[in-house]
Amino acid sequence: MQRYSGFGLVKHALDHHENWQRIWRNPKPKDHYDVIIVGGGGHGLATAYYLAKEHGITNVAVIEKGFLGGGNTGRNTTIVRSNYLWDEAAHLYEHAMKLWEGLSQDLNYNVMFSQRGVLNLGHNLQDMRDIQRRVNANRLNGIDSEVLDTQGVQEIVPHMDCSPNTRYPVLGASWQPRAGVARHDAVAWGFARAADAMGVDLIQQTEVVDLIVEDGGIVGVETKQHGTIKAGKVGCVVAGNSGVLAKMGGFRLPLESHPLQALVSEPIKPILDTVVMSNAVHGYVSQSDKGDLVIGAGIDGYNGYGQRGSYPTIEHTLQAIVELFPIFSRVRMNRQWGGIVDTCPDACPILSKTPVENLFFNCGWGTGGFKATPGSGHVFAASLAKGEMHPLAAPFSIDRFHTGALVDEHGAAGVAH
Amino acid sequence: MLHIYCPYCEEHREEEEFHAKGEAHIARPADPDNTTDTEWGDYLYFRKNPRGLHHEMWVHALGCRKFFNVTRHTVTYEILETYKMGEQPTQGADA
Ligand SMILES: Cc1cc2nc3c(=O)[nH]c(=O)nc-3n(C[C@H](O)[C@H](O)[C@H](O)COP(=O)(O)OP(=O)(O)OC[C@H]3O[C@@H](n4cnc5c(N)ncnc54)[C@H](O)[C@@H]3O)c2cc1C
Ligand SMILES: [Zn+2]
Repeated sequence: MQRYSGFGLVKHALDHHENWQRIWRNPKPKDHYDVIIVGGGGHGLATAYYLAKEHGITNVAVIEKGFLGGGNTGRNTTIVRSNYLWDEAAHLYEHAMKLWEGLSQDLNYNVMFSQRGVLNLGHNLQDMRDIQRRVNANRLNGIDSEVLDTQGVQEIVPHMDCSPNTRYPVLGASWQPRAGVARHDAVAWGFARAADAMGVDLIQQTEVVDLIVEDGGIVGVETKQHGTIKAGKVGCVVAGNSGVLAKMGGFRLPLESHPLQALVSEPIKPILDTVVMSNAVHGYVSQSDKGDLVIGAGIDGYNGYGQRGSYPTIEHTLQAIVELFPIFSRVRMNRQWGGIVDTCPDACPILSKTPVENLFFNCGWGTGGFKATPGSGHVFAASLAKGEMHPLAAPFSIDRFHTGALVDEHGAAGVAH
Repeated sequence: MLHIYCPYCEEHREEEEFHAKGEAHIARPADPDNTTDTEWGDYLYFRKNPRGLHHEMWVHALGCRKFFNVTRHTVTYEILETYKMGEQPTQGADA
């Protein structure tokens, strides 16, 4: 792998940038892999990367039906934070946060991780009580978290309407300074490039149409384009399509797939240098480095696999943003799209073994899994390598929906992002 | 925007008047005290979530406020039929 550096940039400038190496190979699939990862989103690619890097398992393929990062990874609004309420979730997301903090160096790829802070607004007394509780829980878990009052919020976001005359006055917020945003595509590409360099085969345009199970154990996958590919272990990391893959394995998951939409505005001059989220008015917004406002809100209520949603959802989202930022009312929206999120009843992911031996699932991240990408890949790789779930992943097994040990993060997950 | 026919109002109305309420025809276990944890968990949390035809419940929240059922395709979002509670669909669902 050609390492990127300032010196390299100068060197390549001399030959007009015509001799950059391709950032990954495009190999033909082998007949057999030690591990197959189904799904080339951020989580699948991170899993492959850590399998190779931390566990020396390099006979690995990532099989992706479209292009790398073309699912929710490339469609999300890139908010990264770790201020979750319950210990299990807080530990998992904070594990990811620590990896984010060194990720660009680790991958030798700039993922543009920007710790610009995230505000979760409170608009009534109960919101503020919940915020206090969550902030205290965060601090006990060693996660940076503060409660701000109205004035504290106004100082950070001078353009937001924090006056008492609004319909839903801003009474305060939780504030996580280490939170922020990252560049979604770069995360997928960075993991892909680094995994490829260690020998992982990235197989694009290849759809898994069946999981091959013999004597209760997985032995490979059937693909539409390249026939059967055998494997010792298989990890499915296919977000909104997890239920479809589970059906191929002969079991069900407690997931429902919903469209989740986002929009970006025309680029404008810098106006917002942090991330603002509100569960109550139900919307969130940040500004990308290009200058566009990145906006999102809730899922469409019905089940859907169509990677698009309904107009009423867009309207409600923008109403929320204009309620918070009247100054944005005449900004034009440039693009709108949808992804398919795999929502779980307790708003927490599933990292689990399955009824099929050597078949593992990493899914259920729903509306908020981008922030967990490196952590999810890290613990899932360890689980695949050892055949036992990593301690940080163990509380998130499918069993919890039968034992009742749910990890209810609806409060901290809040507005879908 | 979906255009939904309410079988009680007998009219097409805009999606905004309705709320989706999840999979239809889920029977509560007849004897909850004697179900296993597996049966009870399945009943509470596990859904078909098909990629294809789906039977689901909707409520006409800003209209007659009645619940009814819909057969809808979850990829094209096309609605094939709507029918009252207690009635059976004419179109099968993908499991
Ligand atoms: C609009 C929107 C906004 C969001 N905002 C945020 C946010 O601000 N912060 C946050 O933390 N999270 C956010 N999320 C959630 C986040 O995007 C996801 O949780 C995360 O990206 C999931 O990553 P993944 O790698 O598991 O899934 P994906 O990136 O969806 O990757 C799954 C891959 O599997 C492939 N696949 C599916 N079926 C098959 C098959 N049969 N064979 C082969 N390949 C297959 C798909 O093509 C896809 O590329 C948002 C999501 C959306 C849709
Ligand atoms: Zn009606």
